[in-house]
Amino acid sequence: MGATSNASPAPLNSALSSFPSLKALKFTTKQQELLIRVSALALIYVLAFVVRLFSVLRYESMIHEFDPYFNYRTTLFLTKNGFSEFWNWFDSESWYPLGRIIGGTLYPGLMVTAALIHRILHFFSFAVHIREVCVLTAPFFASNTTLVAYFFGKEIWDSGAGLVAAALIAICPGYISRSVAGSYDNEGVAIFALLLTFYLFVKAVNTGSLAWSLASAFGYFYMVSAWGGYVFIINLVPLYVLVLLVTGRYSMRLYVAYNCMYVVGMLLAMQIRFVGFQHVQSGEHMAAMGVFFLLQVFYFLDWVKYILNDIKLFHSFLRITLTCAITVGVLALSIGTASGYISPWTGRFYSLLDPTYAKDHIPIIASVSEHQPTAWSSFMFDFHILLFLFPAGLYFCFKRLSDATIFVVMYGLTSMYFAGVMVRLILVAAPAMCLVSSIAVSATVKNLSSLVRAKSKSPQGSGKPLSGSKAAAKASADQSLPFQKNGAIALLLGALYLLCRYAIHCTWVTSEAYSSPSIVLAARGHGGGRVIFDDYREAYYWLRQNTPPDAKVMSWWDYGYQITAMGNRTVIVDNNTWNNTHIATVGRAMSSYEHEAYEIMLSLDVNYVLVVFGGVTGYSSDDINKFLWMVRIGGGVFPVIKEPDYLVNGEFRVDKGAAPKMLNCLMYKLCYYRFGEMTTEYGKPPGYDRVRGVEIGNKDIKLEYLEEAFTTSNWIVRIYKVKPPKNRW
Amino acid sequence: MECRLPFSLVVFCLVILSSTVRSELVISSVEKFVDLHSHIVRVVSFLKVENQGPYDVSEFVLAFPDAQAKNLATMLVIYLEEGKIIYSEFPTSSTKPKSKQSNMTFYPVTLPKKLEKGKTAGLDVYVVLTNLLKPLPKEITQAESQLLVYTDNIYYTSPYHIRNQSIVFRLPGRIESYSEYSEMRLVESELRYGPFEEQPPFSYSPVVVHFENNNSFAVASNFVQEIEISHWGNVQVTEQYTIIHGGAHLKNGFSRIDYQANPSMSGASSFRTLVARLPPMSHSVYYRDEIGNISTSHLRGDSQGTQLEMELRFPMFGGWKISFSIGYSLPLHDFLFESDAGNNVLNITFGSSIEEIVVENQIVRVVLPQGSKDISVKSRFPTKKSQELKYSHLDIVGRPVVVLEKDNVVPEHKRYFQVYIYYKFNNIFLLGKAMMLILGIFLLFLMCILYMHADLALSKTSSWEEETEGRK
Repeated sequence: MGATSNASPAPLNSALSSFPSLKALKFTTKQQELLIRVSALALIYVLAFVVRLFSVLRYESMIHEFDPYFNYRTTLFLTKNGFSEFWNWFDSESWYPLGRIIGGTLYPGLMVTAALIHRILHFFSFAVHIREVCVLTAPFFASNTTLVAYFFGKEIWDSGAGLVAAALIAICPGYISRSVAGSYDNEGVAIFALLLTFYLFVKAVNTGSLAWSLASAFGYFYMVSAWGGYVFIINLVPLYVLVLLVTGRYSMRLYVAYNCMYVVGMLLAMQIRFVGFQHVQSGEHMAAMGVFFLLQVFYFLDWVKYILNDIKLFHSFLRITLTCAITVGVLALSIGTASGYISPWTGRFYSLLDPTYAKDHIPIIASVSEHQPTAWSSFMFDFHILLFLFPAGLYFCFKRLSDATIFVVMYGLTSMYFAGVMVRLILVAAPAMCLVSSIAVSATVKNLSSLVRAKSKSPQGSGKPLSGSKAAAKASADQSLPFQKNGAIALLLGALYLLCRYAIHCTWVTSEAYSSPSIVLAARGHGGGRVIFDDYREAYYWLRQNTPPDAKVMSWWDYGYQITAMGNRTVIVDNNTWNNTHIATVGRAMSSYEHEAYEIMLSLDVNYVLVVFGGVTGYSSDDINKFLWMVRIGGGVFPVIKEPDYLVNGEFRVDKGAAPKMLNCLMYKLCYYRFGEMTTEYGKPPGYDRVRGVEIGNKDIKLEYLEEAFTTSNWIVRIYKVKPPKNRW
Repeated sequence: MECRLPFSLVVFCLVILSSTVRSELVISSVEKFVDLHSHIVRVVSFLKVENQGPYDVSEFVLAFPDAQAKNLATMLVIYLEEGKIIYSEFPTSSTKPKSKQSNMTFYPVTLPKKLEKGKTAGLDVYVVLTNLLKPLPKEITQAESQLLVYTDNIYYTSPYHIRNQSIVFRLPGRIESYSEYSEMRLVESELRYGPFEEQPPFSYSPVVVHFENNNSFAVASNFVQEIEISHWGNVQVTEQYTIIHGGAHLKNGFSRIDYQANPSMSGASSFRTLVARLPPMSHSVYYRDEIGNISTSHLRGDSQGTQLEMELRFPMFGGWKISFSIGYSLPLHDFLFESDAGNNVLNITFGSSIEEIVVENQIVRVVLPQGSKDISVKSRFPTKKSQELKYSHLDIVGRPVVVLEKDNVVPEHKRYFQVYIYYKFNNIFLLGKAMMLILGIFLLFLMCILYMHADLALSKTSSWEEETEGRK
């Protein structure tokens, strides 16, 4: 804790002066503290970057997962064609035959950031490929986030807490999971923008400065341009303001900060096409507007109170005004909602407030694994000691309540709730956890170390009492306690041990769990060597090279972005799940009999069908395991598809006891075509599925309307060609 | 002097005409070997030429049908006298005869010394032809073998009278069918026609061989090689390939289970690996494509060279296409020499490092260091040359790039042809970038110092804060 070194200048200086060569480098205490702080920050900055490079070292500099491929593709387009082309881009390669207006349906912050970094580098004539920029964007912003965390911690507590917060967030697994090198996704920059906006807003509330408030509005603008999670800001900030109002902490500073931030931020956010007028029209943003008007009412009342100078008169006035304001507000809201001007809450928002909502109403949201409620184990996995430090930090916050600590407490509590509702929102909670925990660590260590120091000092130089420090005073008061010094040392060592465990855990989690690109799969071979399954890229590259350029590929939506980015072919549906009916059509085709599916495929001009199959390698996230979601989503729109047809006594099976419709649907046929001839495991019958652990039920699969076009070396991706329609005569 | 020069020209032209038209030369014997082992056809003809005319002859004309001349990649002519190699040449200039044999292309070869009358000399002609093997049937399934057809003239195509000749086809394996002639013999995989006696000039009778050939039919439709020179001691070579399997197209799709169960039977005509022979001392080798690194490759190095065995992303079947790039670094001192005039001479091997591949279009881009001047190129075969600029790391004026382009390149080009690039470079430019970096970092620190010392605040205390605090 660089900030607490004000107690020991004398011995250090004398030690320094004994080195004649270091005499020239003699610093004052303040300079020493600054030096330690800056170098610690610099180290944290580098650490945050370096710890995210596991995947580059293990695999290569490549884009990970699904969504980043879309971001990469659009960034490529942006750097090649310029911003206005990008803004007006109509992409006919996805959602065939509907297409997608890219410029109007995405958050451009990430792409513009990467393109800007690329351009700056090229301006300084560093001929870096855009792919490298994209791969390293997330680690770079993670490093920047540590800086913001430092300043934020400094703002809410002290610079010691800031340093701890920076160090904690640099390696927090919950944050690393979305910001490793190659994870080129919106969240990578959005968490930086989120924390920056919060920090600037708190700074603005603390100072009442218009400049900070404006800066926070621009931070908010950046956040809006980067991620849909900005809704969290636009709801948390008004909630915070409301809490301050209720607790009687209303001040001019708050008025300035919120008004400026809300009005400018809103106007700026409207410039993003995807967001548009939602700030004034959508139900999710109404809270902010309500609080905005409430603040005006407050200010007005404050002014009236100042003018009137009569308590009785003011109270009656207050009653009338409040009733009027609330009536007008409720009336406006109900009229807006009834007339359809204010749109109701979206399904995603509902599912946040009610975790069971998606499961019953929107299978497409429920089918995504990262939208599932969080298990306790993943809390432990992603936060480790922060889980225990968080309540401790809350205790310290309540002990020293200020506008800033109230904010961080609210941020922590709300984001913890959301993290519990959806796995992916652990990411949003991570900075709050780190900040609150850092307060706990910093305050504890500060108290303990001053205890230790006061004890050791008192026998030698008792003529120098540490006045002013509360902890020291407490220490001198409790001098009579036995083993106090030893106890403090033990506790310090314990804290050190905990922090070390945290660092070890974070590194382990990063290297084991979060650094796999998921495009390339690695497994341990028999000899202990690493076996690489590069089947995805094999298939996508085959599509890219050996199919006609205008070929349409049908696959489940998970692979849409990858097919367009790596395979460069048109897809029917992709990960931007904006049209549920279209996805349901694909789901229906996959779960129909072959001749029915053929009709659907002809109507969609499909040339190739791509399925992912893990039965040979034991790769469990394949299409057969996702199949029930296809049935559910398909059945949600087309009632001809009924889930019970594919189940036997409510059980999903692929072996001999499977439902007849299951054994003959298109997905089953495509996955298991000629699989019955294959021996996958020694001592098992041919056609043994290693994922499901059963011998498949239908080994004699004949394809009438499709033919096998390509299967990758480990069978993970299988591509079939749709035969042209037969002549009628 | 001034009038003798045109006169000698006239004489020269007369000699050419007379030699071709009147042909005092007679080929006493020709033995032609056609090697059909790979998709590149290599023809070696051993000729014995006799001068029967009254004059000494200084030129010999080689004739090719247009179909062959169009696909002729390179040709080597070796002149022998009494069994000893006296001279070898790579004829490149062709002429079209004005006579009725308009489907012929002539390559005149100037003899190193005049062939005196009555004398005999030996000529070995080595010809490399591409694109002449046609798959028949054009489409095969995965289980079938690839069959090719080669058509040629059974007689040696020549403007001269030939006394005795024979032609031999060397085949890689099973033979499906072939033209029947009375003088023919099939021994194992060697098909021999002849000898044929006393044939007049331009005798023609077709011969067709239909045979099995499953050797990898790799054709690089596009090959761009970039050689970047750094005077710090490194040469960075990047090679970009677009490779097509030029054989019989695959029909009825690709079945992985058949391919895995018995790779030799199923998919015999496909290829999975390509081997590149890199120069000795190659290091930092990479192998990737547009969507990332290709992790399946093996690198073996010895003093003779480095061998890179590249496993392609997918097995290549007829008509399939794949593109990828490889790159490697080499020590500069093996390639750069200094000539006496203070010039730097760069010695480049032309051609692809992949074995047994036909390159339809090759572009070599030699990126010289920033500040190179007086660039000239010397090569033994015609190439399209141009110059451009490339901007790489920390370049201000750009690096001059010499671009060489050539169609129809075969491995023989690598063996026999070197390209020399002359340029001047002052080593002081080497320090330029280092100085730029130093200056840049210095400026950065300077700005930090200035920022730390400058006081940008308008007033020491904010009156606004005081005011709000006061109101509270």
